[in-house]
Amino acid sequence: MIIDGSESSLRHFLGNLPAVDQVGADSRAAMLATRSIKTASKKWAIDLAISMVDLTTLEGADTPGKVKALCTKAVRPDPMDSSVPSVGAVCVYNDMVKIARTQLDAIGGGAIHVAAVTTAFPSGRASIEVKRQDTQDAINNGATEIDMVIDRGAFLSGNLGKVFDEIVLIKSLCGDRAHLKVILETGELVTYDNVRKASYLAMLAGADFIKTSTGKIAPAATAPVVLVMLEAVRDFYQLSGRRIGVKPAGGIRNTKDAIKQLVLVNETAGPEWLKPSLFRIGASALLNDLLMQRMKMREGFYSSPNYVTLD
Amino acid sequence: MRIDVKKTYKLYIGGAFPRSESGRVYEINDAEGNFLANPSLASRKDLRDSVVSARNAFGGWSGATEYNRGQVLYRVAELMEGRTFQFAEEIAALEGVNFKNAKSQVEAAIDCWVWYAGWCDKIASVSGSTNSVSGPFYNFTVPESLGVVGIFAGQQSALLGLVAGLAPVLTGGNTAVVIASEKYPLPAITLSEVLATSDVPAGVVNILTGSSAELAPWLGSHMDIDGIDLSGLSKKEEAEVRLAGVENLKRIFRFNDSNSLARVQAFMENKTVWHPIGV
Amino acid sequence: MSNFEYALAPESTAILNIAPQYGLFIGGKFVDSKSQQFFSTINPATEKVISQISLATEADVDFAVASARTAYNKVWSKLSAAERGKYLFRIARILQERAREFAVLETLDNGKPIRESRDVDVPLSAAHFFYHAGWADKLSHAGFGSDPKPHGVVAQIIPWNFPLLMLAWKVAPALATGNTVVLKPAETTPMTALLFAEVCQQAGLPDGVVNIVTGDGSTGALLVNHPDVDKIAFTGSTSVGKAIARAVSGTKKSLTLELGGKAANIVFDDAPIDETVEGIVNGIFFNQGHVCCAGSRLLVQENVSDQILEKLKHRMSQIRVGDPMDKNTDLGAINSSEQLARINELANSGDAEGAERWSPACELPTTGFWYPPTIFTGVTQAHRIAREEIFGPVLSVLTFRTPQEAIEKANNTPYGLSAGVWSDKGSRILWASQRLRAGVIWANTFNKFDPASPFGGYKESGWGREGGRHGLAAYVKGGK
Repeated sequence: MIIDGSESSLRHFLGNLPAVDQVGADSRAAMLATRSIKTASKKWAIDLAISMVDLTTLEGADTPGKVKALCTKAVRPDPMDSSVPSVGAVCVYNDMVKIARTQLDAIGGGAIHVAAVTTAFPSGRASIEVKRQDTQDAINNGATEIDMVIDRGAFLSGNLGKVFDEIVLIKSLCGDRAHLKVILETGELVTYDNVRKASYLAMLAGADFIKTSTGKIAPAATAPVVLVMLEAVRDFYQLSGRRIGVKPAGGIRNTKDAIKQLVLVNETAGPEWLKPSLFRIGASALLNDLLMQRMKMREGFYSSPNYVTLD
Repeated sequence: MRIDVKKTYKLYIGGAFPRSESGRVYEINDAEGNFLANPSLASRKDLRDSVVSARNAFGGWSGATEYNRGQVLYRVAELMEGRTFQFAEEIAALEGVNFKNAKSQVEAAIDCWVWYAGWCDKIASVSGSTNSVSGPFYNFTVPESLGVVGIFAGQQSALLGLVAGLAPVLTGGNTAVVIASEKYPLPAITLSEVLATSDVPAGVVNILTGSSAELAPWLGSHMDIDGIDLSGLSKKEEAEVRLAGVENLKRIFRFNDSNSLARVQAFMENKTVWHPIGV
Repeated sequence: MSNFEYALAPESTAILNIAPQYGLFIGGKFVDSKSQQFFSTINPATEKVISQISLATEADVDFAVASARTAYNKVWSKLSAAERGKYLFRIARILQERAREFAVLETLDNGKPIRESRDVDVPLSAAHFFYHAGWADKLSHAGFGSDPKPHGVVAQIIPWNFPLLMLAWKVAPALATGNTVVLKPAETTPMTALLFAEVCQQAGLPDGVVNIVTGDGSTGALLVNHPDVDKIAFTGSTSVGKAIARAVSGTKKSLTLELGGKAANIVFDDAPIDETVEGIVNGIFFNQGHVCCAGSRLLVQENVSDQILEKLKHRMSQIRVGDPMDKNTDLGAINSSEQLARINELANSGDAEGAERWSPACELPTTGFWYPPTIFTGVTQAHRIAREEIFGPVLSVLTFRTPQEAIEKANNTPYGLSAGVWSDKGSRILWASQRLRAGVIWANTFNKFDPASPFGGYKESGWGREGGRHGLAAYVKGGK
């Protein structure tokens, strides 16, 4: 046991984490962004990125029709090309979980996870009972991945134990039925020091994944934030022998951005993390750009949005 | 009738007044050729000892606050003022000028200390800078003390030449090894008596009397001396000192004006610091 | 593909238009050397000859100095400062326009990774001209009196590690202050200087204001000893710098020197560890360690040294060594076989003196000059590799127990060019910065350069500063 879960042990552990120098982290991320990925590597990277996409719709206007369409796209992103891999998961609110699960199973997407955002996503401002129920519903309806948000208010007011206990509780609900992704909402934590502390807090409490953002707050998955989180999972593996996944979400809209994320993974956490079980990208628009780039590589000329599906 | 008690003029090293380790002296006469004194004829070993004491004193002096240094230098002026008569008599006798002229030289030297004393805590504002670099860094340049500076005091005026060399070197936080005017060494020793009773820490100023030509090559080649003011040397000696000074790339300069910012800047290094700006 | 192997991403050299041989650039034109002697410049990554370069001998140097003198007397000194500045602005713009060409040529001739020539050398060179262009008509505000005067004809001798950037550091302030220039690029890296000659032509710079004489050490010596040169600016080794200082010591020539270093990079136990590791890597492996201010002595607080070393080794194993023209290369070729021999000699002394060597497994190309990223642990102050400038990708690691000890060890060298401090505590950074006897202190960063930031060393690392307001002093009379 690295910590005993008490407020004081958390405070001690997180307080002793090495600092992050913002300027240095920014410049490392910027340097990695200059990596040039060409030809065969690019093709491989695009397919990998597709398989890592958590295809997401988290709108008040979501309807069964919209979610079903998304599921279709998740199973077969390019209807014209069966060599395109399926995405990693479909990510929805908990009332859409059953619809998504049913649809996926019906069209041969049984292997695709349904991820539900819970715990009063996106703000997390609800009682623990509501959060418990929110999560329990999602699992009962067939969610195999839970994307919970941490209580940023508690974190920022120094109530680390509350944040920790909530994650522990949600993890216990997940059991072996669902993987737990813990959303830090880094745009509200602001500093990289906080991002590092929150990453460890989530991992210590039992997160299977740490996720940058809800997608509702900017900035979201900036390269240096993902860098800091990747450093955290790398070092946590040294500490605990457990590999925790990372999920940037929000703001990754095109192939170039996605490949930059993969470069970050490759050179920070290492190639062991380059698989959907340890790295996901939360996105909606990204998938079509990946498909268009894939077409360009296959056909040799630039594609048009008319040739990818809009759902 | 009372017989005068005459002063023995010795060296000033590390706050003490030793004779030359060589035991040598040389004879100084007044302008009419009458015997005045037998000051020490410093040897290269005296020079060596002076450099050691100057180096030891460097950390404390360069580390003092500039405000403190300014006060210490001003204190030297205060104490000199009280000895104006003594300095003037020595100068008059040595240089063969009248008392009024000698006194005005002393006053100029005192005022020179006052002028430099005021510079101590302003040099960084004038000589330093903050620099607009293209990136998230606070970048600034500050002048810092160079180290141990050897001074060949101006030969023409026994006291003012000495003070004009010494004061700016101390202003910049350096410690000094001074080779006094060979012909007119006595005010230099009297000045060291002032320094010894002032607040200037021991070793910050070391004053040697003797032959510039003999000491110049040793000073020029000494690897623990960082800079040289060779205002008091001939052109021929200058070339030798410059050549010898290359061995550790000493900062070597010659000056004309007595009150000059350039004299302070010459014996300071500019340090630039890049400090990140982030949260 | 299980690993993310980046495919080759070589920058094309098709953009270059390299002549089979080059003359000297004197009086605004390329002219044949009087001696008709040539030497080859090669690509250190392949050992292939790039071009034949003229060896300037005495008559050529005389001609170049005379041409600079004529340009100074007849044109440049008569031009208003504002107009002078406009020429520098033009040069800066053309450097930006032709940036890609310069980057590719620099990498070809020098062996440094294209990522560095593209992102550092070339943009910074243009920035230096922009910065100094603006000074030309503002010199009365620079702290050198109301009407500072140029020296006249300036001889500039630059090294092979940053060929274009060192040219910019030298030429831009010299021209801005109203001097004319005879520049000698390094023997192994003349190409970008010769391309810069074309930039001067395109900018319409008056003939003779910039003259470029290629050659070896003998050419440099002719320039240093030329009686009609008013000022000499040299960047290079401390031993050559001292030789120049001796040659000049009995003359009226003004001299500034930017020489070697053995910078301490100090890591305190509260350092931001991941950024520190990056900084250590950047400090010693940037430009293959061919950097006078390289952080070649790592001083780590003993209570974090194991952790730092483990992370450093892990990070070093990710360094991509190889074709400098590949955009993903981190560590390129060693500039010459001579330099490689020197690195080998010093590194071998580290083995012989009992330090422990470590390099990541990496495959080096079979042609060209290469050295793997290397660290030595268990180094003490007495080891040669802790005292002498290696000028290669070799890091010596020492430990310390208290901040005071770190400062003492850091300052225990005749050099004083730069130092690094890594700590999360602002007061500690400033405490250390104040005590380090070096001209440039990088806090939580390393090897950062900017035209506005003065650069230059304490002690045997040189005389004077380059860049910023302080750097102008080198090129005006009475400036320190």
